Amino acid sequence: MGWIGETVDSIKSIKIRQLLTQAITLGMIVTSALIIWKALMCVTGTESPVVVVLSGSMEPGFKRGDILFLHMTKEPIRAGEIVVFNVDGRDIPIVHRAIKVHERENTGHVDVLTKGDNNDVDDIGLYADGQFWLHRHHIMGRAVGFLPYVGWVTIIMSEKPIIKYILIGALGLLVITSKD
Amino acid sequence: MHSFGYRGNALLTFAVTILAFMCAIASFSDNFSNQTPSAQIQILNINWFQKQPHGNDEVSLTLNITADLQSLFTWNTKQVFAFVAAEYKTSKNSLNQVSLWDAIIPEKEHAKFWIQISNKYRFIDQGYNLRGKDFNLTLHWHVMPKTGKMFADKIVMSGYRLPDAYR
Repeated sequence: MGWIGETVDSIKSIKIRQLLTQAITLGMIVTSALIIWKALMCVTGTESPVVVVLSGSMEPGFKRGDILFLHMTKEPIRAGEIVVFNVDGRDIPIVHRAIKVHERENTGHVDVLTKGDNNDVDDIGLYADGQFWLHRHHIMGRAVGFLPYVGWVTIIMSEKPIIKYILIGALGLLVITSKD
Repeated sequence: MHSFGYRGNALLTFAVTILAFMCAIASFSDNFSNQTPSAQIQILNINWFQKQPHGNDEVSLTLNITADLQSLFTWNTKQVFAFVAAEYKTSKNSLNQVSLWDAIIPEKEHAKFWIQISNKYRFIDQGYNLRGKDFNLTLHWHVMPKTGKMFADKIVMSGYRLPDAYR
């Protein structure tokens, strides 16, 4: 009970200047996070420098909940590379390995077929109707490094949004009631 | 300043920083391993070689693959993904890479192996250029770590040739 009383007291005693300072500090933290994210996008050359593995199709190498670091260079796609791609019309990125590559003379146009390590069949069933190959513009990046388990935070927050709201609510309360 | 919340926060930040540092060091240590893998591939038999109804050549081979990939395993290795690809050039395509077989090697003990199989994935050309074609068989491997940077490399074996006529 004493804790609730303290919280109510501290909310009542807020001064405008202090509130504004705290709001600006919060704004600075959010913008720095955004700057770091955009800088990462520039350095790695891809729109999503970090992705979370959502399915078990690359086990035992990548399990659900691992995060992958992506990098995209102008180097041509070669067999064996783990690529992250979007199928036309779907926005969930898929992380699989390129098993067949056919590169045209001169134009650099490339046809790529992918397959998940743990799947029995290749990905033709995942591509759009009538599509048999992936092209360069489908591929968002190559996986170059990974960290295990860290992605579970993102999976939990997207599958149970209530946890996201609780977390933001608690953070908001902490910011308002802290004395610095 | 000395409340439970502050101490908890400081502890958590410190723990996460140390964990991230350890992952980075573990990954960095992979640069110092001395890797001497070896492999040999023999084509035992061309099972059949046909032109498919839709116009593309397809060939089925039986391969004999011997490899020793034990030196690729470090303490930070979770698995090694090995695959054999046929690589060749045609007039239409400057490079074709077709994976014929792959395997996941989870432990060092399994990394020295001898296997005789027919191709796991279909060897189909884009077109009908395979008669009399010279091609390389390349053993690629991809070292997937417990944390950090992944390494990939390959051994190229050349001198293979497909027959001049369908059979």
